[in-house]
Amino acid sequence: MDSSTRDILKNKKVGIAGCGGLGSNCAVGLARVGVGRLIVADFDVVSESNLNRQYFFRDQIGTKKAFALRDNIRRIDTQIQVDAHDRKLDKPAIAELFGGCDVIVEAFDLTEMKLMIVEAVSEFFPEKPLVAGSGLAGWGDNESLKTLRLGNITVCGDGKTEVSDQLPPLGPRVAIVANMQANVVLEILLSNQKV
Amino acid sequence: MKIILNNREEEFAGSSMTIRQLLDEKQFAFRMLVIKVNGVLIKKEEYATATIKDGDTVIVLHLMSGG
Repeated sequence: MDSSTRDILKNKKVGIAGCGGLGSNCAVGLARVGVGRLIVADFDVVSESNLNRQYFFRDQIGTKKAFALRDNIRRIDTQIQVDAHDRKLDKPAIAELFGGCDVIVEAFDLTEMKLMIVEAVSEFFPEKPLVAGSGLAGWGDNESLKTLRLGNITVCGDGKTEVSDQLPPLGPRVAIVANMQANVVLEILLSNQKV
Repeated sequence: MKIILNNREEEFAGSSMTIRQLLDEKQFAFRMLVIKVNGVLIKKEEYATATIKDGDTVIVLHLMSGG
């Protein structure tokens, strides 16, 4: 990466709502390319069942996800500023934490929460880019994973697989979608850069 | 009338329709939808009354669990 691109990314701020399968992998993807400031939020703690897909380690079981993710990003790059919030997000929290971000990443698991953040962004900052994930359960079927651009919202995923006992969220597919989201974020952050 | 629905031009009979009619016609039966008309979010309670007219840009987004 040339130095001007590095400088652009160093001065960008991305909000990541949720630190599970999508959020932890997306945050790490953005950290590895040097996005300077990441605001991460989640109220949950790392559990053993998360380790099949989330960017945490066995010795982090029981640790708050937001703080564990901050620790893991620091192990990759000490220069990245990670603001970690151990907090259950609602509309006011989204307005408060993510207002200054260049892009917001939707990384929740529950449909109700995904809807909540789309509504919150529409209400508080309708122009701000929001990159969501929808449809990532199961395995295989790479062909169906796609990116849909709808105004300020970009949705990554297959748009059809709902998580269930038969279709669990698993590392490969979840991390693909998380990195598709990270890739869209980069595209937005560098949209004025010539390729 | 012609509208842009999820980036694609689509034609419907009549000069206007409600969101509910659009969902029925397109057979969108999902539980959790995000709907925007010309960039403005339409809440579920408004589906029966909010209308779409010729030239509108409409987004119907299905969100599903998993992350």
